[in-house]
Amino acid sequence: MAYEMIGITVLWIFLYGYLIVASIDFGAGFFAYYAKITKRDHVINKLISRYLSPVWEVTNVFFVFFFVGLIGFFPDAAYYYGQTLLIPGSIAIVLIAIRGSFYAFENYGSKESNVYLFLYGATGLLIPAALSTALTISEGGFIKETETGVHLETTALLTSPYSWSVVFLAIVSVLYISACFLTFYAYRADDQDALELIRKYALFWSSPTIIASLTTFIAMSQHNEAHFNRMMEYWWVFGGSVAFFLVALFFIYQGKYYGWAFIAVMLQFLFAFFGYGASHLPYLLYPYITISEGVVNDSMGLALVIAFIAGLCLLLPSLFMLMRMFLFDADYIKGKK
Amino acid sequence: MFEYDSVIMSRLLTSLTLTFHIIFATIGVGVPLMISIAEFMGIKKKDPHYILLARRWTRGFVITVAVGVVTGTAIGLQLSLLWPSFMQVAGNVISLPLFLETFAFFFEAIFLGAYLYTWDRFRKPLYHWLLSIPVVIGASMSAFFITTVNAFMNTPQGFELEGRTLTSIDPIDAMFNPATPTKVFHVLSTAYLTSAAVLAAITAFYILKKKGSDYHKKALKLTVGSIFIFALLTAVAGDLSAKFLAEHQPEKLAAGEWHFETEKGADLIVFGTLSEDMEVENEIRLPNVLSFLAKGEFDAKVTGLEEIPDDEQPPLWIHYMFDLMVMIGFYSLGVSLLFLILARFKKWNEYNRWLLWLIVINGPLAMLAIEFGWIFAEVGRQPWILRGYMKVAEGATTSPHVDWMFVLFLALYFVLGVGVVVVLRKLFKNNPAELELEQRYPEISRQEGDEH
Ligand code: HDD
Ligand code: HEM
Ligand code: HEM
Repeated sequence: MAYEMIGITVLWIFLYGYLIVASIDFGAGFFAYYAKITKRDHVINKLISRYLSPVWEVTNVFFVFFFVGLIGFFPDAAYYYGQTLLIPGSIAIVLIAIRGSFYAFENYGSKESNVYLFLYGATGLLIPAALSTALTISEGGFIKETETGVHLETTALLTSPYSWSVVFLAIVSVLYISACFLTFYAYRADDQDALELIRKYALFWSSPTIIASLTTFIAMSQHNEAHFNRMMEYWWVFGGSVAFFLVALFFIYQGKYYGWAFIAVMLQFLFAFFGYGASHLPYLLYPYITISEGVVNDSMGLALVIAFIAGLCLLLPSLFMLMRMFLFDADYIKGKK
Repeated sequence: MFEYDSVIMSRLLTSLTLTFHIIFATIGVGVPLMISIAEFMGIKKKDPHYILLARRWTRGFVITVAVGVVTGTAIGLQLSLLWPSFMQVAGNVISLPLFLETFAFFFEAIFLGAYLYTWDRFRKPLYHWLLSIPVVIGASMSAFFITTVNAFMNTPQGFELEGRTLTSIDPIDAMFNPATPTKVFHVLSTAYLTSAAVLAAITAFYILKKKGSDYHKKALKLTVGSIFIFALLTAVAGDLSAKFLAEHQPEKLAAGEWHFETEKGADLIVFGTLSEDMEVENEIRLPNVLSFLAKGEFDAKVTGLEEIPDDEQPPLWIHYMFDLMVMIGFYSLGVSLLFLILARFKKWNEYNRWLLWLIVINGPLAMLAIEFGWIFAEVGRQPWILRGYMKVAEGATTSPHVDWMFVLFLALYFVLGVGVVVVLRKLFKNNPAELELEQRYPEISRQEGDEH
């Protein structure tokens, strides 16, 4: 396999990893705030903080890994995205900064404060919205290259139905993924009250998720027909995604097999995400960068791949240890440790 | 009239983010080592005071780490947003250490999470201490990797430039460039020094205000002893850095030392001012010392600024940055030595108010030295972003909105800075060490009560 395929596969896997772990985190922030204003925080907020405390930093590193890896494997992407994303990128940084630090301030520092919790909830929805613009822009049509450099067409971006449908999809997916995970976590913690409440959230957010996926498909067919047609060639992948959605919904509705339900949710997004990614190729940024032209030189490509394999050998056992300690240790989850 | 200059704005925004990040990065590299030492001593000596010390430091540390992580994420993204053309080149040649750094972050973050939440989970306390080792290694490795990138910007190698295309790329060669050894050594030793200095300053301040207990005295001994060792290492590393500059980046050394003419037996100029016709005035002159600093021999020849083309000379004000940094280095060394000498002899009292105040001041000073050192190193690289290959102006974004982003980030760092201070104060004020000692180890605090 050539370096561009290895590179894009690695990056896409990590972006998928970030999609899942960050969605759990972002959604949990929203639910924590929502529970607070509806006076049900005593039911779920302990549970949420028990899961999130040990892992939020790891979540952030997934993101850093993705953009550093992107610069490494595809340096041209640094140029085009860097030139154009100054404003949405900066806004996303500020939101991430506020969220991460205030989370630590509240959790390790002072008492609960409504302001912190509000920021924590609001940023959980705004960050995915800001980050999703990078994917929107990659579809082309929002960037102009002139002799003075490349520029973002802000008005086109803000008035495009496609762009808004992606934002909508990002937000509802976050809430759906998070609710499904927390249902499972509450079940493991044997916390019946929390389970009942979060299970309702999960069921509630399932239908907007599937509706948003459909609208995005339709908007895509209007915005970038070529990409839409390539997506249609992968129809079976998206079909698989819908099938896993139904499986997850069925389990949660039945109130059984919450672990399997969450695995089905992960597969639902895995299929959709890789279907989208595969049909996006060969373009990284339509029509300016393709993976084969934008790829880094061979010696750096080889060095990065070796570094990646060595890094994984270190990382996987450590991640496994972390999950053993906090995710699958029933006593810890139940709050006995 | 006023022409918008995105290069200046990009430089300002980069400087802003880095000056803010480096405070937390330095703490992030140094404090885990101090925590690990304290916990180890506690286990070794079976002394709960040290364990409590490690616990309380850790609790403050997680707050600063959070700010380090978010500002680090900011600088990581900003590099691409503000310097897209530079990152395009850098991505091709020097992305390996950047990529490796993320693994170091992963490693550190995972074990920090584990360390934080498992204080009482192991039957043998030593197992918990073992979890601190990967945190120390991860933090120091991330400093190592990022410093190789910065070293590369000073002495780029490992590629050839033919027109606008890069050929013969060798990532390992680029990473281990001539600036790497001394830079890494100096950055690590100063991060350890500064962290020990900050912790010592906090302890000394507490003893001054509240008459500390045994707990505080042990903490002070440990931290001031560490300052002494790391200050020695820092001076050695700083000396090696100067010798590196003399050989590979003579223009930075010449501008930093106001050394205009190439000569043998060059004098070291400390502080002073420049007159209009570039004469040095009001200086303290140490005969032949610059030759010694640069080459290790008092009569060695040192390159002067006259040999550097005018448009490639760094600004001369970095002289003050260098002098302040070095002064602070000797101050740390002196104060810690004084404390250790006083502590050696029973008659003398090392908890003298004056000495304690000197230790308090040493904390913020060391942090300032970090800032001065970086400004010296980075501004001393001007006008280059990639020395000899790309000037700063060629690397910057052409986007016209950097000024607004500057305002946005200024506000962000203000909020974060105030937040950290407020939260840390609350955290320790509401839960003084004496109280915590009594709750966790009632036997000990009762013993101490009997003795007094
Ligand atoms: C607590 C902080 C601190 C202290 C006390 C010192 N330094 Fe330093 N110095 C740094 C913190 C620092 C730094 C922040 O770590 C720098 C900035 C860039 C770098 O590589 O390290 C640095 C850079 C730096 C450089 C430039 C290296 C380069 O550009 O490649 C030289 C020549 C020295 N130092 C020399 C010294 C000497 C002779 C000192 C006397 C004891 C000294 N420093 C004390
Ligand atoms: C000597 C200088 C520096 C040191 C010692 C340093 C060290 C650190 C440390 C210890 C962290 C926290 C990591 C964690 O706990 O996860 C951090 C975060 C970070 N630093 Fe710095 N840093 C330095 C300068 C820089 C510079 C110049 C950059 C930009 C290229 C940078 C990029 C980052 C990034 C992206 C993060 C966030 C990582 C995360 O999300 O965990 N650092 N840095
Ligand atoms: C490792 C810790 C680092 C610190 C603390 C640091 C500090 C600084 C400071 C104080 C400035 C301001 C200089 C000025 O006003 O002109 C600066 C400029 C800059 N730094 Fe560094 N730097 C570090 C490493 C890096 C790295 C690793 C990169 C890139 C990968 C980098 C890229 C830049 C750029 C692009 C500028 C602006 C251009 C310039 O003024 O030279 N720095 N940095």
